[in-house]
Amino acid sequence: MRDLTLINNPFNDDKDFAGCSIFGMMNLEGKRFSSRDPVRAIANMHERGNGLGGGFAVYGIYPDFKDYYAFHIMYLSRDAKEKTDRILAGSFNIIYDEEMQTRPANVRDPPLVWRYFVQPKQRRLENQTEDDYVTERVMRINTETGKAFVFSSGKNMGVFKGVGYPEDIADFFCLEDYQGYLWTVHGRFPTNTPGWWGGAHPFNILDWTVVHNGELSSYGINRRYLEMYGYKCTMQTDTEVLAYAVDLLMRRQHLPIEIVAKIFAAPLWIEIDAMEPEQQRLHRVLRQTYGSLLMNGPFSIIVAHHGEMIGLTDRIKLRPLVAGTRGDFLYLSSEEAAMRLVSPTLDRFWHPRGGEPVVGRLRSEPKVEVLASVEA
Amino acid sequence: MLEQEKIFAEIDVNYLSRVKMEKNVWKIDAEGMHYKELNNLLRLISSNGAERIEIHNVCGQRYIGTDLETDKQIDIYGTPGNDLGAFMNGPRIVVHGNAQDGCGNTMNDGQIVVHGQAGDITGHSMRGGKIFVRDDVGYRVGIHMKEYQRKVPTIVIGGTAGDFLAEYMAGGVVLVLGLTLAAGEQCSARFVGTGMHGGVIYERGDILELGKGTKIMKVSKRDLHVIEGLVREFCEYFGVDYERVVNGTFHKIVPLSKRPYENLYSH
Repeated sequence: MRDLTLINNPFNDDKDFAGCSIFGMMNLEGKRFSSRDPVRAIANMHERGNGLGGGFAVYGIYPDFKDYYAFHIMYLSRDAKEKTDRILAGSFNIIYDEEMQTRPANVRDPPLVWRYFVQPKQRRLENQTEDDYVTERVMRINTETGKAFVFSSGKNMGVFKGVGYPEDIADFFCLEDYQGYLWTVHGRFPTNTPGWWGGAHPFNILDWTVVHNGELSSYGINRRYLEMYGYKCTMQTDTEVLAYAVDLLMRRQHLPIEIVAKIFAAPLWIEIDAMEPEQQRLHRVLRQTYGSLLMNGPFSIIVAHHGEMIGLTDRIKLRPLVAGTRGDFLYLSSEEAAMRLVSPTLDRFWHPRGGEPVVGRLRSEPKVEVLASVEA
Repeated sequence: MLEQEKIFAEIDVNYLSRVKMEKNVWKIDAEGMHYKELNNLLRLISSNGAERIEIHNVCGQRYIGTDLETDKQIDIYGTPGNDLGAFMNGPRIVVHGNAQDGCGNTMNDGQIVVHGQAGDITGHSMRGGKIFVRDDVGYRVGIHMKEYQRKVPTIVIGGTAGDFLAEYMAGGVVLVLGLTLAAGEQCSARFVGTGMHGGVIYERGDILELGKGTKIMKVSKRDLHVIEGLVREFCEYFGVDYERVVNGTFHKIVPLSKRPYENLYSH
């Protein structure tokens, strides 16, 4: 068998059939918990990854700075940091910044990672919302030097990711020091794109994150569509478009997840033809309007933002996703065993249907529901 | 006793404390154990005259029972990982819990009995043996099953199945009992038997929506004989009332053609 420990594959022939691992865990009451269970769960699916990427998104980790945007930036050169610091200083009031706490761990070529808590300069906002302003600045930093990448830009949340197994990434970033009420985790097995620090999951913009198992053959068309709305894809990986697509559809256009699921994983035409006239019209309009955001290819994803965790697979379920609940916790996972490791007893366990989202929402109804159909 | 001592002598010293022999039953504590180690232990133990093997604290270890040639029973407590019993050739595996994806992948002989649910692609490319699942199964169950002469792989599903049941099926038997459905409720599976070109699906009641290229037929006496035998086994394993189950109306679903895609690229 080929040696999978070779981190960089210069021949670009790493097309190999295996799956990434995804795991999500949310306390629906908003109680924060440590990295212990998410790390154990993802480590249990070690076999699914190959050490070329791992990462975490954690919500509720910076309560003392919750009103400021928390930027995590990776620098591939010192030079890039100087340039980026100039952009930041011109655009934001920097409340606090520091080199992120890390320790030597079994990860490959870590870049310099820096954390900033920032506030947009009000006089520069003009007619933009703060979120739009921040998004624009993030895109600018990511494209300006080619050596600086904002990999986390939300408030009171943070993304930690890099090249290594997820349990090693947790070790590197000292994640045992953080607490959050919602954790999503990813172990990577890159297929078509390089395993580098920026290409690890989760992908993020503002507080939106996505972890993904699968591949998006529609990446090109998705990317071109998103570019029209100012999103610039710089991470060299298909999943990036999903993060920007949820930001566009859910934050900017205020579409509910039930509709977004039908855009990403649209029902087949033969299924639409068999629907009631009202539903047919809705689905036709969605496919006509958002055809360029159809996520083609096999995928299972966990999307998160403050207060919500969403699991979704492609419409014919070519990648695995299972769900479970126990008390106030909702779990989503590539494999049941990872869930059972952290919660041997589950109140409910099920296999969600392809294309139908599982949604966990904070505070509102603690009940988790599988949405069977879109209400027109 | 000597035989057992020989086995203990061969066990890796790191796992010695994990293996116990009690009343002719080998017990393995698999907590945190890698699947390679676990399967090595199984090979070693099963090839040396064990009556029964119990594996406790299983949590996601893959390929359990792979390539084993014995006819011994292996009881699994916990959640076994993907491809349980892959390429297996003889043992009887009983899962006291759910099975994950790919259970019985390309198995050649033996039996897997799941006291719970099973995931996607259960019985993928199966060539022989039987799988019994008490509750529901995931997508693409029985994909690419095949039969040859007297080797007829069989999957019995107590509950319902996901989409693409028996996709590209080339041989063998799938029986769906639908016991988890309410009266009159349909199984939600779409595209049942897509690309099917051999074998047979039996359903209890009228619960499956036919996919393209398949047809529904009445069951013959011979079919009923097969169904009754499978239901009897199912009821015995899971403690279900035989009369209640067998008194349903059974149908059979078969492919319209042995070569459904014959003309796909010719026009």
